[in-house]
Amino acid sequence: MASDVGIVVFPGTNCEFDVLEAIDASGANGHLLWHGESFVPKYDSVVLAGGFAHGDYLRPGAIARFSKIMEGISKFGADGGKIVGICNGFQILTEAGLLPGALQKNRGLTFICEKVNLEVTSDKSCFTKAISPGTVVTLPINHFSGNYTNENVDELEANGQVVLRYCDNPNGSVNSIAGIRNDRGNIVGLMPHPERAISEITGGSDGLLFWKSLLET
Amino acid sequence: MSEFELIAEIRHKSGIADPEGSTILRALPALGFEEISNVSVGKAIRFAVSASNASEAVAKGEELCKRLLANPVLESFKVSVIS
Amino acid sequence: MDIALHQSLGLTDDEFELIHEIQGREPNDLELAMYSVMWSEHCSYKSSRIHLKRLPTKGERVLVGPGENAGVIDAGDGVAVAIRMESHNHPSAIEPAQGAATGAGGILRDIFTMGARPIAIMDPLYVGPLDNPRQRYLLEGIVRGISSYGNSVGVPTVGGELHVENCYSGNPLVNVLCVGVLPTERLVLGKASGVGNLALLLGSSTGRDGIGGVSVLASAAFDSSNNDEAKLPSVQVGDPFEEKRLIEACLELLDSGLVVGIQDLGGAGITCATSETASRAGLGMDVDVNAIIRREPNMSPVEVMTSESQERMLAIVTPENLEMAQKICDKWEVRSSVIGHVTACEKSVGRLRVFDGFGGQLLADVPASSLAEDAPLYDRDKMKPLNFDEDLKRFDPMERIESTKSHFRDELLSLVMNPSWIYRQYDHQLFLNTIKSPGTGAALLRLHAPGVKSTKKAIALTTDGNPGWCAIDPHYGTVLTTIEAATNIAIVGANPEAVVNCLNLGNPEHKEVMWQLSSIVDGLSEGCDLLGVPVVGGNVSLYNAHNGKDIDPTPVIGMIGISEDYSAKVPDPILAARPPDSSSSLDPDNKGGQYSLFLIGGPDPFTASSKTKFQLGGSRWGRQIHELHGGYLPEINRDEIPYQIELLKTLATSGNIVGWQDIGDGGMALAIAEMVIAGGNGHVGATISEMPAYALWSELPGRVVASIANTKVSQVMSLANSKGTPIYNVGQVGGDYLVFEGFGKIGVTELTQYWNVSLSSKIFA
Repeated sequence: MASDVGIVVFPGTNCEFDVLEAIDASGANGHLLWHGESFVPKYDSVVLAGGFAHGDYLRPGAIARFSKIMEGISKFGADGGKIVGICNGFQILTEAGLLPGALQKNRGLTFICEKVNLEVTSDKSCFTKAISPGTVVTLPINHFSGNYTNENVDELEANGQVVLRYCDNPNGSVNSIAGIRNDRGNIVGLMPHPERAISEITGGSDGLLFWKSLLET
Repeated sequence: MSEFELIAEIRHKSGIADPEGSTILRALPALGFEEISNVSVGKAIRFAVSASNASEAVAKGEELCKRLLANPVLESFKVSVIS
Repeated sequence: MDIALHQSLGLTDDEFELIHEIQGREPNDLELAMYSVMWSEHCSYKSSRIHLKRLPTKGERVLVGPGENAGVIDAGDGVAVAIRMESHNHPSAIEPAQGAATGAGGILRDIFTMGARPIAIMDPLYVGPLDNPRQRYLLEGIVRGISSYGNSVGVPTVGGELHVENCYSGNPLVNVLCVGVLPTERLVLGKASGVGNLALLLGSSTGRDGIGGVSVLASAAFDSSNNDEAKLPSVQVGDPFEEKRLIEACLELLDSGLVVGIQDLGGAGITCATSETASRAGLGMDVDVNAIIRREPNMSPVEVMTSESQERMLAIVTPENLEMAQKICDKWEVRSSVIGHVTACEKSVGRLRVFDGFGGQLLADVPASSLAEDAPLYDRDKMKPLNFDEDLKRFDPMERIESTKSHFRDELLSLVMNPSWIYRQYDHQLFLNTIKSPGTGAALLRLHAPGVKSTKKAIALTTDGNPGWCAIDPHYGTVLTTIEAATNIAIVGANPEAVVNCLNLGNPEHKEVMWQLSSIVDGLSEGCDLLGVPVVGGNVSLYNAHNGKDIDPTPVIGMIGISEDYSAKVPDPILAARPPDSSSSLDPDNKGGQYSLFLIGGPDPFTASSKTKFQLGGSRWGRQIHELHGGYLPEINRDEIPYQIELLKTLATSGNIVGWQDIGDGGMALAIAEMVIAGGNGHVGATISEMPAYALWSELPGRVVASIANTKVSQVMSLANSKGTPIYNVGQVGGDYLVFEGFGKIGVTELTQYWNVSLSSKIFA
């Protein structure tokens, strides 16, 4: 049975169709979920896709976390449901308190869209479980506010919650952190875009490893 | 009840990197502002609140900051009455 | 003495008389204001229209040609592509970030108005030399504006160009090209048909921003005596989040078949949208000025009717569908309000009437088509500038060609520029379509968009402008530019299919500028005829001048091509390939000289008799290094070009080419240097056989320099011969240096390091 994945769409989200294509390419079924509806926990996992929810006005993710759907999603996560936040989705998860820390403006104060090399540092998460720690992957980043900040970063490191690290820090993130998980590993947030790396013809396919991890039951 | 106009000043908590502030600071010597230090960039948000007195209005404003306007991981805030 | 109202609005006395005649009475102030914006140069093309009529616009694939919001071509398989190009030069000169942002926003609306989902933006930019802080401020702001708007609205910016020339110091050019994809059956036109149907205004509230933008900004020249700040109220502020919701709401409205017609609000705001939609349907429209939601109190009807507030659309819906349509708007948090209805003709004339509340006072009453179509057309005087030919001879860079011998290396280094500082600020990947990224010539994209049936096809997009050529010969320079664009399309394996353009020129009241405009139109016609490609849309931006000095004529050609198979591998602009199993090092065999460099197309670079065909007029070498703006243009062989383009397209997907680059700015010398640089880690050099210096710097278009494995050379040769295209061995690939025999050498590492910081170090100087 193919896995069913809910993809949350806020006004201003723009990566939902790309995530849908990545999930489709990985042999699962994606379903777009509108932010203003209640969340029905009938999915195997949920993805908060990238973009600019509510225009990123005030702060990225600040307004999106109050959307109706977020209440059900928080509960889904608390019950152990798999949730992945990519880019803006990661920002929303931190604003909603589902993941620790915050993402502020890039050190260089410009938007950055480019491919970067990353080291997968943990397979104890729903989005990296099929990838051996130490594997270096190439994924695109595409953000203005990807500078991960956390006053308790030592605790995060000690818990092994860092799942992805930049090989060459592009944005000033503390300890070059590109992705983290919650304690249980069922909630993951990352700035790079695995859905943008699913085909050699458009620049690489390392992202497929992440989708495989999520869709494996 | 009367209406109070408030301003919330939101700034980076001390110890949190402030890329905009540091960038401005780096540009200053070239412009001849050598005596300037401690630049920090934040936001100021104005809004009106109905409340029975000023301290109640500020309390409501602080609640708004806590829940929405500021991110407690990065930012601290101060709410004051303008009028 | 007081000037008359019509003069202060930018209307001439003759135009005022004409309005009087149309109305059969004295026009009131609101009517005058409406005519003044609609008859502005920006909206009416009154100085250029008689020339633009000469462009070839017919083609098998053309579904919609010039005159609509966007051109549309049939890509086959039930999929169509909408394309448009526009300028936002004057707003960007005043407030670069907002000017450029709203330029992007405006053109997106033109595309989704046609029922197409916008999938790509391209941005050709022209600014003054970057050693000037003002120019750095402008470029930084323009790029930030495009980045912040395009990224947020969710449309990738997949390419563009940066030209740095003195003539743009007071008047930068910001052109924008946008492409959208639609199911052919969703194609809609901006028509208000059906008497009794409702005009629904969607999106932002209407404010005082942008009032008179078209007449004040886009239709008058800058000079430093009236300072920029006085013009600030005319600059609009963009809201990409509003636009994003507007795109989604409009596409959903169109998908659900709830709208009869739809039109964006651009220059001249509500006046333009209501009169154009009514006029296209041959009907009239009644508008209630009070139904238009305002951002500020006390706005006059004139302000409301001419405001250019951004992110607004006008949809025409039947009364039965109103509720459903508004429901979709509500879902996307897009404001909607009924502001008018379609009316029947009176004495066979559709009238645009503006009321102070329906049933209230009639504030304006004009024939709708007179606003949209009856603007006077001017055949302004034109004249080739005095001493033109003498100056070309006096300032010919070919006269300096011997000097390059001792400075070649420094000259080459001064021409390399790494544009990644610009495009890394743009999301250039959204929708997973981008096969060829920015920075490598034409963009190549899968022909694919959400809500549109998938195809195997790809589209190629390029924008090309060459003010150097066009200053010397606007007609022939435009022909060359068109060929350059087609070359860019062909080398990614696509067939050139259609052209859009932005003709950026100076003050049309100068006879020399009108001569340029007329010559450019003829050149564009000739180039398009030569290639068999129609023009499907265009934009003319006049009054690009500063302190009375016009810019060099700058036609920017946007070209779209179609490739049948997006998965076909096409060459990168590199000298040597990397083996598939290693991302970091080159195949060691490559260094053994197994690849050779070939020049494909054009005259023999080794023969002295070719000198006159390799002219250096308008070349970067001549303009940037020697500051010589005269000379003569290189000579194409018109008979060879169509076959040459065909050959390049065939070769692109033949698997016989390791890497290639077209010859453009900086000639063959810079093309080869860029191929060395693009090799990435573990670069490999090349040795170029000695040839006359002009052959290295000449920018004769339509040619490529290609790296070919020695085992494949004979196949490529015979293909070239079959098309009658000349091909010359110009060097060998390998080694750690780029060697130009007879001129000098540069270490590959040094060249790359130089390139890495070539633009960013100027920006952060």
